[in-house]
Amino acid sequence: MIIVTGNHAVSYGVKAARAEVVAAYPITPQTQIIEKLAELIQRGEMKAKYLRVDSEHSAMSACIGAEACGARSFTATSSHGLAYMSEMVFWAGLGRFPVVMAVVSRTLAPPWSIWNEHSDILAQRDSGWLIMMCESAQEAHDTAIQSFRIAEDERVLQPVMFGLDAFSLSHTAENVELVEQSVADGFLPPLDPKKLPVFLDTDCPITFGNMLGPDKMMEFRHIIKEALDKAKPVVEEVARGFSKATGRPQVGLIERYRSSDAEVIVIAAGASSGDAKDAVDSLRDRGIRAGMVRLKSIRPFPGDEMKAAVGSAKAIAVVDRDYSFGLGGVIACEAGAYIGERLRSYIAGIGGRDITVEDFQGIMLETLQKAEGKDAGYRSETWWGLKELE
Amino acid sequence: MFTLKDLPVEEYFLPGNAACPGCAAVLSIRIALKVLGAKTMVVIPACCSSIIQGYYPKTASKVTLINTAFAATAAMASGMLAGLEMKGKQGVNVLGWAGDGGTADIGIQALSGAAERNENFIYVCYDNEAYMNTGTQGSSTTPKGAITTTTVCGKAERKKDVPEIMIAHNIPYVATACAAYPLDFAAKLKKAMGIKGLKYIHLLSPCPPGWRFPAEKTVEVGKLAVSTGAWILYEWEGGKYTLTGLSKGLLEKEKRKPIKEYLSTQGRFRQVGEDAANALQDDVDSIWEKMKKRLDEQEREQRQP
Repeated sequence: MIIVTGNHAVSYGVKAARAEVVAAYPITPQTQIIEKLAELIQRGEMKAKYLRVDSEHSAMSACIGAEACGARSFTATSSHGLAYMSEMVFWAGLGRFPVVMAVVSRTLAPPWSIWNEHSDILAQRDSGWLIMMCESAQEAHDTAIQSFRIAEDERVLQPVMFGLDAFSLSHTAENVELVEQSVADGFLPPLDPKKLPVFLDTDCPITFGNMLGPDKMMEFRHIIKEALDKAKPVVEEVARGFSKATGRPQVGLIERYRSSDAEVIVIAAGASSGDAKDAVDSLRDRGIRAGMVRLKSIRPFPGDEMKAAVGSAKAIAVVDRDYSFGLGGVIACEAGAYIGERLRSYIAGIGGRDITVEDFQGIMLETLQKAEGKDAGYRSETWWGLKELE
Repeated sequence: MFTLKDLPVEEYFLPGNAACPGCAAVLSIRIALKVLGAKTMVVIPACCSSIIQGYYPKTASKVTLINTAFAATAAMASGMLAGLEMKGKQGVNVLGWAGDGGTADIGIQALSGAAERNENFIYVCYDNEAYMNTGTQGSSTTPKGAITTTTVCGKAERKKDVPEIMIAHNIPYVATACAAYPLDFAAKLKKAMGIKGLKYIHLLSPCPPGWRFPAEKTVEVGKLAVSTGAWILYEWEGGKYTLTGLSKGLLEKEKRKPIKEYLSTQGRFRQVGEDAANALQDDVDSIWEKMKKRLDEQEREQRQP
């Protein structure tokens, strides 16, 4: 057990996963991840190649190039970096290059802000990547290693990004149990390039990515659809396997917290989930049957699993730390496709504003109170704690 | 000296591809792959060559080829080299093959980054002097005076000098070439193969539909670009410029054909009047003056004990 920030927990996870190529560009609040990796690599403690590229666009391009040559590759970014990289994020997803990336989720400007929001990572949700969201530094460390295993699984072979909230996770030091190298090696075999959908080898030349007419594109996209569908059991299986290997409980697609008999449930993702759980506990102390469902996986979206987890709870609140302008909270809208009738949408913590235990309590109490009223249904939307601008 | 006999019979870029008639880019990639051989990986961004290679599931390329996004050529090549190094694979030539837009405009940041890191690959910009794949929009390497669909009265600005930008990066090898002189191009590629680090070759690639000349005139137009001095063939290595091919004999103005002979072969310069043509001639002459000064200075430095 050591005390490390969420960022360094990721770096050590990537080291344990024996990533072979790291191509990255600095951006707050992600920078510590790649600084630590650069240090580990340049001091010879990690056998990998560090590429100090000119931009996030180039970082992902280089990761794709390395992966195409059979090398396990990793990058990390945030916010504007992710937006700038976006073209190549799609290139990796649609080209089926199983790169792994950490995204320290942060608000997009203007106005400039470095604080947490999930709008950056969620904006990449249609790119063919698996998207995971972490709650703690320990989970970020564990997820880094599991992500490679999931990405490289023959049933998946798609890239994986995992999010950790700016500052509340990235820069907060916690006790983290680092996975021992031998445990990581037993869990994550070396990448077999022959399994890759795209493997560049001069002994067996291929052309990748040339023009494709409308007669075949749908079928190409359907392969990715199937890969993401098949990823669901893989995510669960990998979490179970990792739990067995490390002796620590792991969350696969979703986490259920005191939800089995709950009358009111809050659904959320990311670091504030811990506060939501504290709120559940204190409401339970007051005799209110509260529960929490945390979405660890955003892609594939665990809709059925979430629906089963909320059971017959009469009041459900979804807390989004993001917003799709002109529509609503991203997770609320997606959850709404499964449990629309019983769902109230809350937008909170935008631009890094705290979502406290009291906020979660207030949200759950209001949801419970209004569950049978005319405001029920997922179109109801509250911007929690919205103030007048001076 | 590179002769025809030095080019292997083996074809790595096949006929029946989707190039326009008279395309100089496809003539040149054919030559390039003959020189580089089977152990080559080509990276191609959005450009004419993304079409030329043909539709999936067919391909004109017999060597490994990866397509990438417009701005990404040099970064993807860098990643491939890192991957090859980590996998212990040696002796693979990585070739970035990009148009002028993908090099001088949208791709210059990634190229500059790779140059600063001195990545060990060959980058060829085949410069057809506009965005030809999207239908002849002006790029930063479109020459002054040329009509494109976005410089409808003729471009007002001078052509961006990308080889000089690459020289400023102090990479081990920079050269210019012209598709009309395939052996000169081949010799430069051959030399580049033997050098470690980033090798940059800027290849002038005449484009019949974009420059508006008949398809059978590609080589003729390319030769005029060189013989009028509008395009200079040279190498830069270890801080030293060396003229190559026909350009070697063109240092004196009287040896060069008038620029008008080049302009008059192409519809894109049809609106260039007498004064404008004279101004373009002055531009060419001043570029040669600059080159002459450099060469003289080099010679003086060499003579000094």
